[in-house]
Amino acid sequence: MKEVAIPEALGAESFELEARTGWLSWVTSVDHKQLGIMYMLGAFIFFLVAGVLALLMRVQLAVPYNHFLSPQAFNQFFTMHGTTMIFLVVVPMLVGFATYMVPLMIGARDMAFPRLNALSFWVQIFGGLMLYFSFATSGINGGAPAAGWFAYAPLSETAYSYGPGVNYWILGLLGIGVGTLTAGINLMATIISMRAPGMSLRRVPLFVWMTLITGFLIVVVMPILNAGLVMLLADRLLNAHFFRADTGGSAVLWQHVFWAFGHPEVYIMVLPAFGIISEVIPVFSGKPIYGYDFVAASTVAIAFLSLTVWGHHMFAVGLDNAFNLFFAISSMAIAVPTGVKIFNWTATMYQGRVRFTTAMLFAISFILMFTIGGLSGVAFAVVPIDWQLTDSYFVVAHFHYVLFGGTTFAIFAGAYYWFPKITGRMLDERWGKVHFWLTFIGFNMTFMIQHVLGMLGMPRRVFTYPALPGWEAMNMISTIGAFVLAFAVLIFMINFVISLRSGKIAGDNPWDAWTLEWATTSLPPAENFTRVPPIRGRRPLWDIAHPDRTDEMMTRVAG
Amino acid sequence: MPGTYSANAFTLAPASPQAAAISQLFVGTLIFLGAILALVTLLVIYAVIRYRDRPGAPAAQQNFGWRKLEIIWTAVPTLSLAVLSVFMVRTMIASDLPTADAKPDLRIVAHQWWWEIYYLKTGVVTANEIHIPVGKRLLVDFRSADVIHDFWVPAIGRKIDIVPGHPNRLWIEADRGGTYLGACAEFCGNEHAWMRIMVIADSPEEFAAWMKDQAAAPPGPTTAEEQRGLAIYRKSICINCHVNSVGPDLTHIASRRTLAAGALDNTPQNLAAWLHDPEDFKPGSNMPNFRLRDDEVWALVAYLETQK
Repeated sequence: MKEVAIPEALGAESFELEARTGWLSWVTSVDHKQLGIMYMLGAFIFFLVAGVLALLMRVQLAVPYNHFLSPQAFNQFFTMHGTTMIFLVVVPMLVGFATYMVPLMIGARDMAFPRLNALSFWVQIFGGLMLYFSFATSGINGGAPAAGWFAYAPLSETAYSYGPGVNYWILGLLGIGVGTLTAGINLMATIISMRAPGMSLRRVPLFVWMTLITGFLIVVVMPILNAGLVMLLADRLLNAHFFRADTGGSAVLWQHVFWAFGHPEVYIMVLPAFGIISEVIPVFSGKPIYGYDFVAASTVAIAFLSLTVWGHHMFAVGLDNAFNLFFAISSMAIAVPTGVKIFNWTATMYQGRVRFTTAMLFAISFILMFTIGGLSGVAFAVVPIDWQLTDSYFVVAHFHYVLFGGTTFAIFAGAYYWFPKITGRMLDERWGKVHFWLTFIGFNMTFMIQHVLGMLGMPRRVFTYPALPGWEAMNMISTIGAFVLAFAVLIFMINFVISLRSGKIAGDNPWDAWTLEWATTSLPPAENFTRVPPIRGRRPLWDIAHPDRTDEMMTRVAG
Repeated sequence: MPGTYSANAFTLAPASPQAAAISQLFVGTLIFLGAILALVTLLVIYAVIRYRDRPGAPAAQQNFGWRKLEIIWTAVPTLSLAVLSVFMVRTMIASDLPTADAKPDLRIVAHQWWWEIYYLKTGVVTANEIHIPVGKRLLVDFRSADVIHDFWVPAIGRKIDIVPGHPNRLWIEADRGGTYLGACAEFCGNEHAWMRIMVIADSPEEFAAWMKDQAAAPPGPTTAEEQRGLAIYRKSICINCHVNSVGPDLTHIASRRTLAAGALDNTPQNLAAWLHDPEDFKPGSNMPNFRLRDDEVWALVAYLETQK
């Protein structure tokens, strides 16, 4: 079989391999692999910070009437925890995976716009630092923002948040928003224009598909957030009246603006995770993904539907029931393409040979944890149930099942799966299994019980609570679970450091995987590939290993 | 520290037809969703056990999908969600009755961080505890004095946001007597946690008696100590906030069960402790610490205890 030279990349001048070494080679880098690593490490550091905030909150909530944290501190912490996890952990982590992997998976030398790639990363990091500088503001009204991660007006207006915290929040998020937006543009451009010959959009790995759709969602909705932030900033600094009811503005308008961004944002945080799962499960089942077309098409359906469901965050606002009904139906509809994915992942394992690697364990439990989060999401689409449970601990449990049991489990699956490619060494599997089981137990212990707390009437975002029947014991269980989870993260870090220094050498393709990133060396050379293998189907490396039964032959036979 | 509560705030223990309708739908939906979860869990567990990699296991079948199966697992969930949405609409109608033309019986004004309650037909004003007669449907008009709050008493029915510039209305009722606990459910700043509320459903006779007491002037101070308390109340600017809705009306404070929107049980000792230092119980609330002397605190308590 003939190998194909890859075409000249846009911005190929960035491949002049200058002799920069040490930290300068990272700071000045426009290489997608270095930037991808920096994205992921940066996100992990913010993950640790947000995790410490979460632990402090769980200590405060371990017993009723606790005085461990002041309400001011508690309110700052949950605001920063949510903001950090969403904007500085999950999104950059997934963008980091995509920045590193997408060019490799499509046989490109780099991203379409390498310099823009560096800009996206640094703007995002400085936005994050701007947000955290708020802790350093002094005075009685100083400190971090304390209006919650969705900063509902008028609480976020100067009349009720006098200090500068919310200003830092707005400016930090604007920076992060610009970084994410440009990253989305860059990923879309890369996937559309940089694919190797033969790599049609019907052949790209599903992670690439999901990244493409994520890029589309980012480009559509980040400007909505940025516009809203500018309006809020105008209210706060220029005495404008967008969201202030007392001067003719509308508090409900902020909710529309924020959630028109905020709900698609959930899918920005979930679709790339779907992509990781769609890579990991086939490889460790020894089979191609079941129903590729349907997994890809359901992603497109989810993306479009996600633009029409924001009103389900506003069922309790007291808007017209026709409004509520529209958003209830659209929110239920989004469960259908999501279910299609769940069934296809499960079907992929049937008649396969399932290898219980750590990556696969995280991926399998992703299916179950995400199903729980998805189904409680269906409950929230049912308007009267939402009328009872929204803003209770049930909703806290729900979105942690989606974003931790879902996305974070997928991120860990991806970390174990791609660590060999990125570092050249394997992450240790024994430590990995300990990490997995502690995560699984700690996560469910922390959050499963919170469904019940919500049903028993405990509202979210309370710094303390009365000793109502059952509340004490359940909160204590949840707090203990949080510490088990934190211990699991510690195990992961130990494993990471040990494996980085003395892990088993990986080789090019330690998992017998089939996509292009495994065709190059681990670590990949600066130019990624000198020659890209021929691409005649979705699994180029399978085709090379099985010339007698390539995907093309088998699908032709199967019709 | 407040004592334990005998009543609870359980969403599945409804005390009104509206809450019962939601509770029924919730249980049905939980069973439906639980069945789906059980199905997916069994499929996954079966797959990973049956097809696990082990010596002698058959090679993985290279199959790429089957269109008919895809159509089935698209269509079946679509249909079952369509059925669910029919039940949803029925429950929406049953749990959120139209409010358009009626005159409200109550107005609830949500403040950072307490509830002001007006009985519009009798002119009675109270705080944080809503008495209603069993079996009577009352229309409530919700207003916010500052930020967004949310009225949530699970046993009574749906929650509803209280949005500045966006008045909301809701019918509430209870079909059995009891105390139903709730809280502000929309984060509203510092003391969101201690913005609790309770609905007390009295028999019609009890309710009439309560209303009569509330509408009448309280007994008022008689002893010298109580008189002194009243003087301090007037002089020490307590009155500045407590007669103009910055703080709760105290005319009948001694008849209430809790202080500071649920932060403390209403006992003379707790009231004294609260007056000594509100920050101890509700840090960041708008009630200042007046640095009162012990004897002043107890004189105030003596006076306030006459406000039944």
